[in-house]
Amino acid sequence: MNSATWYGLVGAALAGIGLYGLIVQHHVLRKILSFNLLGAGVFLLAGAVARRGAAAGLPGDPVLQGLVITGIIVAFAATVLAVTLLLRLGQATGSASLSPRALDGATSSDGETKTSLDANEASPRAPPAATDPRDGATH
Amino acid sequence: MAAGAGFLLDLGFGLLLLAVATFALRTRTTYAAVVGFVAFGVLLALVWFRLGAADVAITEAAIGSGLTGLLLLNASAMLRHTESAAVGLQTRLPVRAAAFVAAAAVAAGLAVAVLALPSPAPTLAPMAVAGAPATGLGNPVAATLMAFRATDTLLEKVVLLLAIIGIWSLARDELWGGRPGRRHEADPKGTLVFFARLLPPVGIVFGVYLLFVGADHPGGAFQGGTILAAMWLLAIMARLSDTPAIDGRWLRFWLIAGPAAFVLVGLAGLALGEAFLAYPQPFAKPIILGIELAKIVTVAVTLAMLVAGPPERPGNPHR
Repeated sequence: MNSATWYGLVGAALAGIGLYGLIVQHHVLRKILSFNLLGAGVFLLAGAVARRGAAAGLPGDPVLQGLVITGIIVAFAATVLAVTLLLRLGQATGSASLSPRALDGATSSDGETKTSLDANEASPRAPPAATDPRDGATH
Repeated sequence: MAAGAGFLLDLGFGLLLLAVATFALRTRTTYAAVVGFVAFGVLLALVWFRLGAADVAITEAAIGSGLTGLLLLNASAMLRHTESAAVGLQTRLPVRAAAFVAAAAVAAGLAVAVLALPSPAPTLAPMAVAGAPATGLGNPVAATLMAFRATDTLLEKVVLLLAIIGIWSLARDELWGGRPGRRHEADPKGTLVFFARLLPPVGIVFGVYLLFVGADHPGGAFQGGTILAAMWLLAIMARLSDTPAIDGRWLRFWLIAGPAAFVLVGLAGLALGEAFLAYPQPFAKPIILGIELAKIVTVAVTLAMLVAGPPERPGNPHR
């Protein structure tokens, strides 16, 4: 086995680890993190294939390497959007889980999470007192 | 390459990568998981160097580890109050077992595919080397991104723009046109402010250097722009600067300058009778550098605004 094949196998294992985490984790931030591990595994697979395509004096296939760069950037854009949606979910529900059990816990059964929910509802969702009335009028 | 010190190093890197990924998955707090993820990204960048992909290594270190790490650390701090509720939850055992089987099957399938890859590996490297002189670029990865697969790069910029629109759409109505993020507190005599004054001059020079060196060596506008964005974010965190209001004209201009320059050059190629994004032969390199110059500012502004998030404070009421 050479290095390229070995990193290909590591990429395959990383994809498996990421997929498992994506399904099993409850905290959405950790789901996002797992999804990035899954993506890193797929990119590494592509990197191994690019490495095997070393020819013409280049250490790897530059076209595939270029595609991986584009992939990393698009993955970043998706991650930012997912994290921002999650932060909004956290503001709105006080929970960072998609599980109905967690949402139930936040609204009825669990006393501790309920207080944190109330605290959240009170502060960030109320219109900020500092807003200048002219700010709305200028638009 | 099959045996010897190099392969042992690769073996070690691979095992370490898997160990850190498992740690990030299994550790108890979200904060520790994010720190593990950042370490994972740095390791992965080293692996990219081992795979002969220096351009990918720089991108992974800057974006995959650096900016994503900053974003996740920030989010884990803002979500700290949700931590206790999520820790108590455990996925039921049958679900976990099924997930394990599914993940193992996917990993095994990919592993079989890796071992079954065709032996004289198909490659586009000779074609890339043959086509590179026409672009005037000495770095074949840069030639791929800017010429051979320029449409991918253009659409990637559009994806970043769409992500900005998506994030701004999450603003509350009354804060539309406001400034993203909290106003940071910083001790004016603290370490953060000291570094925020010390690093940007160096970082800006290095970012622009990466842009120009990227034509012939590993680097490029995106990697350079990421460093510029990091410098700006550092100044914002140290309260030496502030995020601009999202309805500012200059902000909007720089957000679209890069893709707009790209599209204009593409349309010019079409008008000159060749094809969309066909660069006229003797001017290919100056045109590409021109696009890259517009792109580095756009990338820096876009990435910084992506990380800064939706507007959370009212903007300048006097505009």
